[in-house]
This record gives sequence, C-alpha cells and structure tokens, in this order.
Amino acid sequence: MSKLTVLVLSAALWGVPAFAQVDFSGEWAPLYHENGPERLPGPELGDYTELPINDAARLRADSWDADRISVVEQYQCRPHGSDYALRGLGNMRVTRDIDPATQRLMAFHTHMLAWDSDRTIYMDGRAHPPEYANHTWQGFSTAVWEGNMLTVTTTHLKENYIRRNGVPRSDQATSTEHWMRHGDYLTVVTVIDDPVFLTEPLVRSDNWYLDPGQHIGIFGCEHAPELPKPEGVVPNHLPGTNPFLREVSEWYGLPYEATRGGAETLYPEYRQKLSGYKAPPKCDRYCTCTTLFDCQLR
Amino acid sequence: MSMKRLLIAMLVWGTYACAQVQTQDAVHVFPVQGNVSMIVGPGGNTTVQVGKEGIVVVDTQTAAAASQVMAAIRTLSDRPIIWMINTSMDADHMGGNEALIRLGGSTDASERARVITHENVLNRLVAPGIAQARVADAASINDTYFRSPKDFLFNGEAVMVYHMPAAHTDGDSIVLFRRSDVISSGDIFTPDRYPVIDVQNGGSVQGLLDGLNKILEMAVAGKYQEGGTFVIPGRGRLCDEADVVEFRDMVTIIRDRVQDMLKKGMTLEQVKAAKPSRDYDTQYKGSPDVFVESIYKSLAARKP
Repeated sequence: MSKLTVLVLSAALWGVPAFAQVDFSGEWAPLYHENGPERLPGPELGDYTELPINDAARLRADSWDADRISVVEQYQCRPHGSDYALRGLGNMRVTRDIDPATQRLMAFHTHMLAWDSDRTIYMDGRAHPPEYANHTWQGFSTAVWEGNMLTVTTTHLKENYIRRNGVPRSDQATSTEHWMRHGDYLTVVTVIDDPVFLTEPLVRSDNWYLDPGQHIGIFGCEHAPELPKPEGVVPNHLPGTNPFLREVSEWYGLPYEATRGGAETLYPEYRQKLSGYKAPPKCDRYCTCTTLFDCQLR
Repeated sequence: MSMKRLLIAMLVWGTYACAQVQTQDAVHVFPVQGNVSMIVGPGGNTTVQVGKEGIVVVDTQTAAAASQVMAAIRTLSDRPIIWMINTSMDADHMGGNEALIRLGGSTDASERARVITHENVLNRLVAPGIAQARVADAASINDTYFRSPKDFLFNGEAVMVYHMPAAHTDGDSIVLFRRSDVISSGDIFTPDRYPVIDVQNGGSVQGLLDGLNKILEMAVAGKYQEGGTFVIPGRGRLCDEADVVEFRDMVTIIRDRVQDMLKKGMTLEQVKAAKPSRDYDTQYKGSPDVFVESIYKSLAARKP
C-alpha cells in the first residue's frame, strides 16, 4: 500500500464516528396506514381495543364526556403528550445540536405541527430531573444508541391520554421510543409503561417519510368557554350511565367485550372466545381511511 | 485510646454519619421561578421567597425537620426570616415555626418574625381539649387575619394571602407571590394523594372544590396550557394549572358520584362498598374509604 493510499484511507476513516449515529434531521410527514381511523377522524367512543388497560382506566374512559373539552377551558389548548404526538395529526421536523468544539451530537429536537410542540431529546448523558420536579406535556427525554437505533426514554410526562376518547395515561408513566431510519422512511416504536393504568406495556408503531419540501405552519390556539356552564362543572358520565359505549361494537360488528380492551384481548388466543363473531357484510364507516380526506363518514 | 474504644467510636461515628446523610437526603431545594423556591422535606413542601429585605417562609414542616429545612433555606439566602405563613393548623405545616425563628430569625420581640395564619387556626388551637403538643404552635402565631386577602409588599413583590373557608379545614390559606407568579396552595392541593377533608375542623368537599377553583382562577397557564403560574402543593411535586385541573376534576367527579348515591338514599356503608373512587385508587395515595367518607359526611351535612 502506498503512503498516499494510507493517507487517503486514514483521512476517510477520520470522519467515521466512533459509534453508530444516524441522522434523523429533516422534515417528516406521517403515514397513516396503521390505525388510520383512530388517528385521523379520531377514535370512536368506547373503543378500547388493542389497549392493555386495567379496570381503573376502563372506568375513567367510560366516565369521560367529550363535553369536557367545551366546558373546561383548560382542556382546549392542551397538546398531545410526546408519547401520543408521534401518532396524532401533524407533521414533524427534527433538528440536531452538534457541539462545535467536539463535533459530538448533544441533542435532537422535534417540532410537531400539532400545538407547536417542541421537545429536546438529550444525548449528553445527563440525568433525569428529581421526582419532585414539574412535569410537562413533552416530558423529559434522554436517548442512547443501540446500534443504528436510537432509544429514547421519557419521564416527567403530564397526565394525558393514550387514546383521544378518554383512555388515560398517568403522570407516572415512562415512554420508551425506538427510532429506526430506513433511507427516506422513519419508524418509531413506542412502548408505554404505566403502573397506574396499564397491566402490561402498550406497544405501538408509527411511520414517516422524508418530505424535504414540507413547511410546518403555526398551529395557534386560544381557549374560550363554548357552553354556558357554571365555573367548576366537569362533565362526566356516572358509572353505568354512558349511553355511547356500545356504538363502536354495533357499528363495526364487534363483540362488545372485545371493545372493552384489556391485555387478554391483544393476543391471538382471544379469537377462540369470539367463536360466535360474524363480520359485517360490508364496511360502511371509515373504510379507506389513509388520509384525513378519504375517511368516509357515514 | 484502646483499639476497642477506637472501633466503637468509629462505629458510632459511622452510624451517625450515615443517619446524617439519610436525613440530609430527605430535604431538597428546588428553584421554582422569580424569587421563589420549594423545599421538599419529610413534612411536605415549604415555600420560600428570598430577597434583600429578608425571607418569607410558607409552612415550616415539623420541629424535627427544622434544622434541615433551615440549612436548605441558607443555601438560598443568609438574610433573616421576617415573615412566616401557615396555610393550615396541621402540625406538619407549623411545627417548625419556633425552631425556624430561633435558627433563622430573631427572638427579640420587636424583631421577631411575623407568623400569619387565618384567625380560625388560632381559634382551633386554643379551643378546649386541644392536645398539649399544639400549645407551642398556638403560641408561635402573632399575626392572624380574618379579612381575605391579607397582603403585604416584601422584596419588591406583592404577597397575597387568601382564606379558603371550609376546604381542608376552616382555616386554610393559599399564598400568591404575584411578581414571581407562584401559588403556595397548602393541603388544598396534593397532586399525588387524596386530599384530607377534615370535617371535624370545618373542612368540606364543596369548600375544597371552591379552593381549587380559586387556584384555577388565579393561575394563568403559559403557551398550550403549560408553565405560566406554578403551584407548590402541600405535598408532592411542583405543578402548574393543568395539574390542578386534573386534581379538581378527580374531586369533582367523585363528589358527583357520592352525591348521586346520597340522593338515592344509600347509607355511608353502601357508598363505601360501591367504591365510587375505584378508578382513581391506583393513582392517588391515601385511604379511598377515608376520602369517600369525608365527602359523604360533608354532603350529608348540607342536606336540608
């Protein structure tokens, strides 16, 4: 090998990072091929399918009244939590901080269209805040590389929802994300551990494609009372009185018990309990829902 | 010194040092915003406002924790404690009054810290039958108020003390540090546990809700319902308006359920057996039965 070749190879290797570092920077547009009806028009009331919830979460969701958003002003401009934002409506911009002195990656930043939500994912090895620190909608995120996969751990989340029909996620939950890039596609697998409302981790995945021409506008939000209710009213259904819980079962021809969620309903073995189930002859609600504009409302 | 004595001395010192570390670990200082910080300790949370004029302390925890709380305060300021405010009559909110005055203020009568409570706190503490252990707490109070809000300007900031009648007790106060934009709520708001509604000492569920709604009225959230006014609870982590909303909603919804059961003529035992708080029990510490009973009793007392 000539001295020149060695020099060129050495120079080339100099620019290779000591460990895997995939760049997630860019403008990303969401793909809605998974869970389209839930994510675009929004979930049906009483639809708890695919959620390993406990009895407490189920009753909380049964008690939830959508009027709460109109009556309790503080709910109106409340953003998604970072564990939900990746699957909610909205496009995403990812940027990164490089320390100019060391050229080390210090942090990723995500900006979501929905509620202009900004999050920092720290890569500098810092510790999470103490338990008595305040919580935020985006939580506090740190990350490490596992090969080419970025694993993000988020704590200090504010109480929020895991589905937009009142299924709660507590402020004690931890969210673990696995970010994987395949060329112009991004997959994020989110695992939520919630000792308050889940009996086992909730695992979901969301996909994105690189869209360099994307422009994310300002979301903006101003809260105002929409219904003339006295201060302090919190709309809720008393246990056993919510009239909407069977709608999803009737509309989709699903057994009511299956719509109630719970870990058991997640697994293939549960099908054995559905021996009497007959699929409806044809789909007539949200049948081809892959973007917001092709969801067919009845 | 013999080897045996040396070993015993080392053992004793080691145990003492270990105990010191453990108790020191139990008290933490957390800056909130503006001039206000939160001290998290075994007796709950203490709110501290510091500046050139001195120190304001809201809730003093217990006498046993006073030296640690004072050490924590000294990391923020070396000025004297001039004002103290107790948000309720509970021993773990005012038990450290005398010790903190001794450690961080002046015991001279003319310079002694002003200790503010609502008048009902003093009335309860001097009532016949009160425990002997509370006499010192009563004696520490030298500045009661009965017209709400009581306010004063200190360190260039308006400090406003609002009475919350019939909430956790009938002598509760919440404190607004107006420029720093921080509210110290006392035990009206405890984000990680069910509130104690001390019916015997004048507390009620409706009064508690009125207090929580008052906090929501005073607090202004930042962009997208986050930050803005911070709320230091009686116990638990630092919060903002959105956290108070969750807590207020919990109390309201369980109140609505108990009220419905009461209308149906259910007895206290039947209400408890129906477990109206069961979807919140995995989230909030404390006894659900005690909480439900206090709601039942305060609602039953209102019935004509």
